Amino acid sequence: MANPGKKMAPRDNGAPEYKKYLHPLMVKNYGKWKYHEKVKPGVLVHVAHSGDKIYTVRAGSPRTLSVDTIRKICDIADKHCQGFLRFTTRSNIEFQVASAEAVDPLIKDIHEILGFPVGGTGNSISNIIHTQGWMHCNLPGTDAAGSVKALMDTLFEDFVNETLPQRVRISASCCQINCGGQSDIAINLQHHHPPVINHNNMQICELPKTVAICPVAAIRPFTVEGKESLMVVEEKCMYCGACHGQCPSMEIRDPKTDTLAIWVGGKTASTRTGPSFMKLATFGLPNNPPRWPEVGAAVKKILDAYKETGRPYERIGEWIDRIGWKRFFEMTGFEFTKYHIDTYRYARTTYNTSTQVRL
Amino acid sequence: MAKKWKIKTSTPKLDELENGPWPSFIKELKTLAERKPAVEQLLGQMEQSYETNVNYWTGTVLNLEGYGGGVIARYSDLAKKFPDIAQFHTIRIIEPSAFVYSTDALRQLCDVSDKHSAGILQMHGMTGDILMLGSSNESMHTAGEVLMENGWDIGGSGGALRTLACCIGPARCEMACYDTLEVTKRLTDTYISQLHRPELPYKFKFKLSGCSNDCANSMQRSDMPIIGTWRDNIQVDHDEVAKFIKEHGEPFVVDNVITRCPTKCISLKNKKIEIDDKNCVHCMHCINVMHKALAPGKDKGVTILLGGKRTLKIGDTMGSVLVPFMKMETEEDMQKLIDLVARIWDFWGENGLEHERVGEFIERVGLGTFLEGIGIEPDPQMVKHPRTNSYIKFEEYTKPVMAGESRKTPNVTNKEVEGKETAY
Repeated sequence: MANPGKKMAPRDNGAPEYKKYLHPLMVKNYGKWKYHEKVKPGVLVHVAHSGDKIYTVRAGSPRTLSVDTIRKICDIADKHCQGFLRFTTRSNIEFQVASAEAVDPLIKDIHEILGFPVGGTGNSISNIIHTQGWMHCNLPGTDAAGSVKALMDTLFEDFVNETLPQRVRISASCCQINCGGQSDIAINLQHHHPPVINHNNMQICELPKTVAICPVAAIRPFTVEGKESLMVVEEKCMYCGACHGQCPSMEIRDPKTDTLAIWVGGKTASTRTGPSFMKLATFGLPNNPPRWPEVGAAVKKILDAYKETGRPYERIGEWIDRIGWKRFFEMTGFEFTKYHIDTYRYARTTYNTSTQVRL
Repeated sequence: MAKKWKIKTSTPKLDELENGPWPSFIKELKTLAERKPAVEQLLGQMEQSYETNVNYWTGTVLNLEGYGGGVIARYSDLAKKFPDIAQFHTIRIIEPSAFVYSTDALRQLCDVSDKHSAGILQMHGMTGDILMLGSSNESMHTAGEVLMENGWDIGGSGGALRTLACCIGPARCEMACYDTLEVTKRLTDTYISQLHRPELPYKFKFKLSGCSNDCANSMQRSDMPIIGTWRDNIQVDHDEVAKFIKEHGEPFVVDNVITRCPTKCISLKNKKIEIDDKNCVHCMHCINVMHKALAPGKDKGVTILLGGKRTLKIGDTMGSVLVPFMKMETEEDMQKLIDLVARIWDFWGENGLEHERVGEFIERVGLGTFLEGIGIEPDPQMVKHPRTNSYIKFEEYTKPVMAGESRKTPNVTNKEVEGKETAY
């Protein structure tokens, strides 16, 4: 032990006291904000009933930060922001200042010291949320961090400007568990065959749990050379990889055949149309490190079509609902195939059961 | 400052991710690799993954003494080649509500990470926690100890309750309908034992958003979204409405406010906005567009949903309405919420299968049964519409029969006797 004689006892400290970490203007005007306005891309001003104003400068970040960079971030917050800052749900950094005059010197330091862009507010593409990938996950088939970095380079102008019909949220996930979640556009890895079972290493797995986890009951007990193991009914298996998470000896990944798919139209807010799930736009894109150019090109096609015909305040899913999927596939040039038609539990609810067709 | 050296490991593929205008995580790692051999080896392993498309981490369960969650253990499959990352674990640290920090607090995390870990911090993980990467079996205990001594705590993993997350709420947003920061802190502190030790069938996530804009992404990314709303009228500042109409013109208001209302409850008459508040579903759209003129009502509270999660195993589920409205201001309100969670966890804990999320459990037993199990009356706000299929087991007419139990009174009297049908 690193601490001889000192045994760590479980302690229930709980969550850190957020009240200590709020900018003084936030403490003073807590719950008493009146409205906010956009100053320019990446800069917001919130106005309190008291008349106080707080200016927020939002900077993009790579999420994975060295302590050296975080210390530089702290130096900037000490110099400009009275020693306080926050992060957003999408890993942006928000610096707050009390006056309009303080905004530009702060932005200058963010650009010069950190090299981070300012943007991600309003009708822009905010930072992409993504999963852990080859840096630290045990299940990934790709490196979301890498494809995200390359994609944000491609979409950079849409982070620092607000020229889209509405905000666009993007996520990326390294396997079909999809920790990146629902988004306007999501880039997810797709497996293409049943798991390959290493029968010699099944002792590390809890077999009944592995059988139970299969959503389509495709896994059955099986004996191989006198040893307890499992088998997969291949025609039932839908390559989801649930078993792989439970039992590492059921390898679902295949560097030769795994591809990437792009999904569109997910939305979590209940504004206007209510939340929606994302739908398959295109698939079979190569898992092509280090910069995954095919992903960038496909996302660009979607965004170009959206910019051309999207109406103000219309999220990507709402835009497609209005123009119809036929037009979506025409505009993007993606092929609509039988694989775009759902085959799982709620499949029938996704068919067009009306005569409403666009001709 | 620790001694620096030149990185020897060649990483031509990763180097390409240093190009371009967006901040590069590879640059971050390289900065550290100049003084930390583990990070240089991490880059080496990642370069190999970039060449082969193969992942080289094995995961197991590993915990700090006395805890059952909070560490993500990773062992390198290439430990012979990269011995310094043979053990390379992540500690999940509970973040402050709304991700707010003082620079003192952040510097403290940096010092712990620099000294006892690889110096890599991710702000933040998908669940909302702070991720501190790169501890060994031994140094994770030291890092954990120092964190605890300084008042930090570690978050959930495996079957444990997960770290909570919330939006900026009343700290800096006029739309917030309840104190997301305080409720997040209170729930975290109340359920800290469940965060540390798995007690439930499977993971459980709370996410809290101050309004329907849902900046905490709670609807589908948490089992229990708690979302701010109001039950009186939208506050209208008619002077600001007039200014808005003058500035943008009537067609803009019609196209972007009036016609976008999901329940058509807002109209424009004689250059004034009229709202049928009884039919308002609190979607926030009109307030988002005219945020100087319109504001949420004064009688605020929350809508609570349950059962959201991503696709494994039953397909995607959104949370669905469990409590249409509830106040969330006083200690009494807080206790009501805690009591509700207790009833959910009891019923699901008792009847849920292992590895079955609460949304999957509701899907299996049905929302009606679930409501009965937790003692909540059905409410039309819980469904989009009543059922359409006609196969109903009315318990008032027919008692449910357990498997194997003989049926004493038949469901339906069958008067037909074989061979005696009469033809007319």
